[in-house]
Amino acid sequence: MTTLCPRPSATPLKFRDPAKARAMARSLARLTRQIGRAPVSVMHVCGSHEQAIAKFGLRASFPKDLNVIMGPGCPVCVTDVPEVDEAVVLATRGVRIATYGDMVKVPGTVRSLADAQAEGARVHVVYSVAQAVELARETDDEVVFFASGFETTAVATAAVVLRGLPRNFSILSAHKYIPPVMEIVAEMPEGRVEGFLAAGHAATITGWGIFERFVERHRIPVVVAGFEPLDILAGLVKLLEVIHDGRPRVENMYPRCVTREGNLRAQEQLWKVFRPVGGRWRGIAHVPNGNLRLRDEWAGVDARRRFHIDVTGLWDSSPSALVQECICGDIMAGIASPTDCALYGSECLPETPVGACMVSSEGTCKIWHQYGGHPDLGGAP
Amino acid sequence: MCLGVPGKVLEVDGLVAIVDFWGLRRPILLDSVDQPVSPGDYILNHVGFAIRRIPPEEIGETLLLYEQLLRESGEDMMAADVRSEIRATGGEGGP
Repeated sequence: MTTLCPRPSATPLKFRDPAKARAMARSLARLTRQIGRAPVSVMHVCGSHEQAIAKFGLRASFPKDLNVIMGPGCPVCVTDVPEVDEAVVLATRGVRIATYGDMVKVPGTVRSLADAQAEGARVHVVYSVAQAVELARETDDEVVFFASGFETTAVATAAVVLRGLPRNFSILSAHKYIPPVMEIVAEMPEGRVEGFLAAGHAATITGWGIFERFVERHRIPVVVAGFEPLDILAGLVKLLEVIHDGRPRVENMYPRCVTREGNLRAQEQLWKVFRPVGGRWRGIAHVPNGNLRLRDEWAGVDARRRFHIDVTGLWDSSPSALVQECICGDIMAGIASPTDCALYGSECLPETPVGACMVSSEGTCKIWHQYGGHPDLGGAP
Repeated sequence: MCLGVPGKVLEVDGLVAIVDFWGLRRPILLDSVDQPVSPGDYILNHVGFAIRRIPPEEIGETLLLYEQLLRESGEDMMAADVRSEIRATGGEGGP
């Protein structure tokens, strides 16, 4: 992995307990040595983890043989091209689209929602699905909520469905479910991931018990970790300990938010409204059970069943040559870094993103571009 | 984003709570939280919904990260995500 100089905006290391952080960095170095394979690669699947790792310059305190990779942890980035196309087609047909901010710029086959908006389509950025429902109550127009996010965010969508929706409101679900994609990554032939750091807040909903079957099947340990720099370091130390002792299991290093069974009420809402179906994740693979779609009982509020959405018209055009050079898929699968991409930082910038990973604040490329991916702050232990 | 933001509950009316996030009061929906929520409790907000009541002994540690982030300028991406989450409330529109 290429070493980047930190950009000027990168924050200097600020730990609430620097002595503890240094001790944990020493433990990481010792455990990596004891495991004795170089490099030891572990993966996290959460944009907020990558933000914290990059922002606080944690990679500078990792031993050089420890490779902490961001996997498919950015829901905006894994939204597949045809899903964006569906939203673009609806928008150009005069339907009002409400969606979370980053979704507007994600490229479809030839256009993004931002492009459609520039041509006169009505696209509204909302911070919460509840705001999208309010929007529908204030108009007679059809409003479609283009829903992105992993299970944590899908719970909010489920909750508004169960509350009851205005007649002119429907949902175009691009929600994704994280546990199945971990299976895909674990089975990749290029696979070298020896352990997963699971995202604390997704596990708040699902509980850490959900990872037990994964560990049994793949013999790869999972550690649930929080987002504070010390939480992440503690999670990594535990993960290396488990890799070293050779007894794969799930460990919960975020007990202040995560229990074994999770938030049962939220799970009930989630599965009452959604069912998992197989589908493509952009650039990665077909992920069995990786997409969350509305159950048949909710067909009336499912935009895919309310409207006949024909995206084939967009397929006559091919994506630009630049898009074909984008390696977002390899980056999200953990087999390449942003700095391996010829476009990164030149043709592909946050202002003019080519790939989805440069669009979202949870995308690896955008995070590295803001904070520097592997800052050499000097004096690593 | 999956970080979520903690806030202090000021009032509860059915399934809507008024929650204080560092001086900003927002309505947060309680449909999906699995424990009873009362004024004085802290909750974790994700896109306008409380997903967790934070145990009292954990509040100090949970708030630290956010307090550091909120001291950052508007250009900092992680801080901007936290600010968006604070604006992500139960329907009255963000500032």
